Amino acid sequence: MEGGGSDGSDLDNLKATELKLGLPGTGEQEKLPSILPRSSKRAILEANEGPSKRNSSEIKSVERDQKPAAKAQIVGWPPIQSYRKNSYQAMKMEAEPTGMYVKVSMDGVPYLRKIDLKVYKGYEELREALEDMFKCFSLGEISRMNESNGYEYAITYEDKDGDWMLVGDVPWEMFISSCKRMRIMKGDEARGLGSTP
Amino acid sequence: MREERSDMSEDEDGGGGSAKSRGGGGAPPPFSDQVLENVLENVLQFLSSRGDRNAASLVCRSWYRAEAQTRRELFIGNCYAVSPRRATERFRRVRAVVLKGKPRFADFGLIPNNWGAHFHPWVCAMAAAYPWLEKICLKRMSVADGDLSLLAYSFPNFKELSLICCEGFSTAGLAVIAEKCRHLRVLDLIEDYLEDDEDEMSDWMSRFPETTTSLESLVFDCVGSAVNFEALEALVTRSPALRRLRVNHHVSVEQLRRLMALAPQLTHLGTGSFGSAAAAIPQGGNNVVDLVNTFAASKSLVCLSGFRDVAPQYLPAIYPVCANLTSLNFSFADISAEELNPVIRHCHNLQNFWVLDTVRDEGLQAVAATCKDLRELRVFPVDPTEDSEVSVSDVGLVAISEGCRKLRSILYFCQQMTNAAVVTMSKNCQDLVVFRLCIMGRHRPDHVTEEPMDEGFGAIVMNCKKLRRLSVSGLLTDKAFAYIGKYGKLVRTLSVAFAGNSDLALRYVLEGCTKLQKLEIRDSPFGDSALLAGLHHYYNMRFLWMSSCKLSVRGCNEVAQRLPHLVVEVIRDRDEDDDGEFVEKLYMYRSLAGPRTDAPPFVKIL
Repeated sequence: MEGGGSDGSDLDNLKATELKLGLPGTGEQEKLPSILPRSSKRAILEANEGPSKRNSSEIKSVERDQKPAAKAQIVGWPPIQSYRKNSYQAMKMEAEPTGMYVKVSMDGVPYLRKIDLKVYKGYEELREALEDMFKCFSLGEISRMNESNGYEYAITYEDKDGDWMLVGDVPWEMFISSCKRMRIMKGDEARGLGSTP
Repeated sequence: MREERSDMSEDEDGGGGSAKSRGGGGAPPPFSDQVLENVLENVLQFLSSRGDRNAASLVCRSWYRAEAQTRRELFIGNCYAVSPRRATERFRRVRAVVLKGKPRFADFGLIPNNWGAHFHPWVCAMAAAYPWLEKICLKRMSVADGDLSLLAYSFPNFKELSLICCEGFSTAGLAVIAEKCRHLRVLDLIEDYLEDDEDEMSDWMSRFPETTTSLESLVFDCVGSAVNFEALEALVTRSPALRRLRVNHHVSVEQLRRLMALAPQLTHLGTGSFGSAAAAIPQGGNNVVDLVNTFAASKSLVCLSGFRDVAPQYLPAIYPVCANLTSLNFSFADISAEELNPVIRHCHNLQNFWVLDTVRDEGLQAVAATCKDLRELRVFPVDPTEDSEVSVSDVGLVAISEGCRKLRSILYFCQQMTNAAVVTMSKNCQDLVVFRLCIMGRHRPDHVTEEPMDEGFGAIVMNCKKLRRLSVSGLLTDKAFAYIGKYGKLVRTLSVAFAGNSDLALRYVLEGCTKLQKLEIRDSPFGDSALLAGLHHYYNMRFLWMSSCKLSVRGCNEVAQRLPHLVVEVIRDRDEDDDGEFVEKLYMYRSLAGPRTDAPPFVKIL
């Protein structure tokens, strides 16, 4: 029932390792009949099953109707009119045009990180994310917004004009559109940037 | 929203009927018979249903002639089923034509470009035969600007043009229509794909007659390019009969407000973007207040659509009209359940509702709570891929079934479903005529029981006795099709994808569904022997489509030989060589015209 003899042995090897829908043991009458004889179109996938297998990436030939780890898009499925599909894609792209990646450095840390500012909804989320990102260095707490006193570190950013500013003074939207990069500064240095007179 | 001609009754001209009585003319009848025929004509002119007319034409030659003379509306369900010449020779006094071309799977990119369905030979034949033609409605046809031009010049009394899911024309063609069709009442462009070159767009909006127009309906939400707004405003001002206006997304909410103020008599409104123009300075509350007042003044509005870039702060503006709405299309509006709720709460009279799955099950629960009169629901996926997040599910479906008992038609895209939910719907919504469930993950079973979805769909065909259209999905075995064949006695249209285990499934359908007219199948394991099981029925069908199944050229050839009035097309994807025995795409349909002469190289007619 499977067409295309060249696929035979590949499929035997495949069966043992592939993901299946349906109850175990139903594999016998599973979707094998749906295999297309024409083998010219294959989805070539890399198995992504964890760090231990990362080095031995397997190239699998997959029948179009099995559910692989990373899906190849099937033409015309789900059945949405192209007209509608294009509109939805345009909608999504408008919502998130590009990421807003900025470099983040922290004093005393040997390498920088990069974050996408668009992902966060406000300052608190940003602060938590940064704390999370750098906590492995156990260097100390990062100050909350507008409070540069009493904390080991403060978050600062370089704006469009090249000035270093304390993060938290301006509305969030304004911040993400003017932030060029960030630096988590040691407390003593940061004192000088505080907005309180 | 699409108000297309009903797909429901699909009896087609030139089917079995006229095959029996060819050549309608013949020698003129004797005097007394002529009198009888005249009397008959006076009676038959009142017959409007296609089915009745087809039946009447079969009675005898006299009735055939009388019917042919009195048929005013010509419906051609498949443009290749009959030749333009033959149709225009038989029916000589036609005022309105409905013409359908490509099979529906063309919408999903399964049919290569230039496959066919050209309007050209039809418009040429009609230009010669029907100078008094008033209406043309085309669906899935390939229409060139030249065709529109010929139309505009050939029919001095032309009144209504509807183009649905068509392609091949541009704003240049629209300009000629606008300019030359002085009695135009309806220009409806619905989900078309316009070929507009960025540099060569035509200002068609300015080409309408400068005097008062007879325009009743102007629908152009699918036109990708911006129109001349001043011209549109001026047009609306001099079109007192305008009832339906659907603008495209280039029209901002501020511009919309101006149009609405000029046309408070509108019944159908497509709102365009419903967001601010980029350059507009937000004036805070004022904008919204003006908008609310404008909507409050539009007392006749019953149908709302558009909302392409809806800014949530403007949504409350529509509250004044919600109670009167019978039709609401939010299928391009990315709104949440929280944003939908205050709107839908007012929509007690809603009968048609199209929405995006961004509203989630909670949104659907709100619909179920208020819209007790709902007849049609369509839920579209904002992320139409197989592994998008779950947003609507069996929960929403059950809620709808419990709240909207009068439901007749449903289209529901989801990531997960249960048999139980579908069974519940089958019991609660006995009036269902159209049931289209699309579980987007291929071969996905009931997400709770892990069973195939056989029982759910089985319940639908068993319990919904009026069911005429069915689309199935999810993990399905042959059993589902046994149910469909056994209980789906009224089913006319069936869509199948990634389903079934063997030829048996297709056999069940072909042998059991006696009223089947349109069958579209993709990626299912059905082969030649199943195909041959339908020989007794194919002349009763409009078409059969099978792609990525297990058909061979030999099997298709056999069908072609046994059924000479069937056109059997084997379609290859362009970039592939001849695959030998394997048939990738099969499209076959009954036809009086024989194999078409305009087939492109990748189509082989057996």
